[in-house]
Amino acid sequence: MTEQLHGLYVRDLRVSFDGFTAVDGVSLDVAPGDIRFLIGPNGAGKTTLVDAVTGLVRATGSVRFGDRELLGRPVHRISRLGVGRTFQTSTVFEELTVLQNLDIAAGARRGWATLLRRRHGTPDEVAEALEIIGLASRADQLAGTLAHGQKQWLEIGMLLVQDARLLLLDEPVAGMSHEERDATGQLLEKVSRDRTVVVIEHDMDFLRRFARTVTVLHAGKVLSEGTVAQVQADPRVQEVYLGHPVDAGTAPTPTEA
Amino acid sequence: MTTVARDPVTAADPEPPPTKPAAGPSRHRFRAAVGFAFGAALLFAVAPLMLSDFRLSLLAKYLCVAMVAVGIGLAWGRGGMLALGQGVFFGLGGYAMAMHLKLADAGPGNMPDFMLLYGQLDELPLWWRPFASPWFALPATVLLPMAVAFVLGSLVFRRRVRGAYFAILSQALAAAMVILLIGQQGTTGGTNGLTDIQGFFGYDLDDPVNQRMVYFIIAGTLLALLALTRHLMQSRYGELLVAVRDSEERVRFLGYDPATVKLVAYVVAAGMAGLAGALFVPAVGIISPALIGIVPSIEFVIGVAIGGRATLLGPVLGAVAVAWARTALSERFPGTWTYLQGLLFVVVVAFLPGGLASLIGLARRRDREPADADPPAGLFARLRRRREAA
Repeated sequence: MTEQLHGLYVRDLRVSFDGFTAVDGVSLDVAPGDIRFLIGPNGAGKTTLVDAVTGLVRATGSVRFGDRELLGRPVHRISRLGVGRTFQTSTVFEELTVLQNLDIAAGARRGWATLLRRRHGTPDEVAEALEIIGLASRADQLAGTLAHGQKQWLEIGMLLVQDARLLLLDEPVAGMSHEERDATGQLLEKVSRDRTVVVIEHDMDFLRRFARTVTVLHAGKVLSEGTVAQVQADPRVQEVYLGHPVDAGTAPTPTEA
Repeated sequence: MTTVARDPVTAADPEPPPTKPAAGPSRHRFRAAVGFAFGAALLFAVAPLMLSDFRLSLLAKYLCVAMVAVGIGLAWGRGGMLALGQGVFFGLGGYAMAMHLKLADAGPGNMPDFMLLYGQLDELPLWWRPFASPWFALPATVLLPMAVAFVLGSLVFRRRVRGAYFAILSQALAAAMVILLIGQQGTTGGTNGLTDIQGFFGYDLDDPVNQRMVYFIIAGTLLALLALTRHLMQSRYGELLVAVRDSEERVRFLGYDPATVKLVAYVVAAGMAGLAGALFVPAVGIISPALIGIVPSIEFVIGVAIGGRATLLGPVLGAVAVAWARTALSERFPGTWTYLQGLLFVVVVAFLPGGLASLIGLARRRDREPADADPPAGLFARLRRRREAA
């Protein structure tokens, strides 16, 4: 894990579907090693932004990870540049075991000679990931039989063995218990030591505890950006996103993106 | 599981021992070896001793169908590609072999009998000529279908054609091939196909001893294909193929190109179908459009579905059972077999999507065996899981 950290640099990103503009000129910088939370009301364009970064939808503008342009590359190429993501609904391979899931995630760079042979034992990076995500005792269990929270962790583990340097997580704690949320947050803090993390999340409590920086999207545009305190104090955020002022006593401290 | 430590490959591996080994690989291998020995004994000793020459030659024919089924099991059961047009590859292999045997029957420099009969040609067509050489014709029985599958698969999988669209497309290909063959009667034998094949590399096919030899070749080839498929299924590639079947998008986000993964299984399945077609010709003495069109293509798949598409042996047993039932029942009730076959297919697909093999898998899972290569969850498995979840 000696590779250097990279940041994510988005410039004037636009995504349109049949005349509807889901992402409308978004520019944002995520510093290397940051844990950036993307928030915003439904339809703000959060998931579409991640879709554009990972190559799932066409977009114009520029998305650089480190010094590499991502736009215009197919999904699997972007993935090989170290960009990994999870989805709102967990998408582990349910008919395979936890170990097999991780082993497949670790293997995109394997040649055919390795692929056509049988797996012997557990590769180092897989064993390490099993420890980090706390599923070592369930390595041989079918992923489909895991609890919801465990599936989400398995997904994060798959990003780790994939050696993703940029993690894009779409609502990772949705449906989790309090303990599971805490564990997930600590997991994110741990992995952000040598990775850049972007999280889409609705859970405000989780955000307050684990976000380092926050970007608020609204109607496809960046509404506000800064630390948790800065964003919470932004009157436009209070108005648009929360619908009403959270704390009337706080003086407005507008922050520009 | 102490067996893992004794496994020489694992012991020589620099990787740390698995934290929690399931059924040790050596135990798996032992069970497979016993299985293969049992299968070999059945095919090479029991069947030739028990069956009449006539029944044995029927079995040879069924085993050819089983070879196609093994490939479909890989492509469909593990890779999710419903290959409804395997008759095309079976036919390519069969015609390649039959063309060579017809030319060999006719003797050097002569034209096959049917060409003389139709009398449209003065000399052998150009594309027939290379098939006079066994060094061309034999590899072609396998490589030709694989090449066609490669071209087709490259076009189709990259455009993300899947599911029913892929099935319909492969079906259309089978129809097109039949139309082409029938239309080119002068050079392909048309509806009759290539018939009345006498010799097989110098051996007279009418001689029961030689027929028996052909049977042994077929049985041996089937076992070899099973060994190859077993290896593929248990390799990392096999795991990846299942992952592609269950969630193609997710695999793409892990940095793989799913089109390539699917292409390999599809091309391998085509090669197996080609080999099956090639061996079908000496076993039965004929290859014709009726044997490779839409109906036989569907019948290949029915056997696989009934046996259990995601397992190794399910497709073989299903294919042989269906082919045998077809012969037995259509001897007695000629009109009803088609309906019975359709009914069987519907019942299996509706109530036992994993095929008959999933019954065994279910029983095995009862003794808490960690199944590493599961069949797609059948109704019972799903119900059971739901009950456990509740």
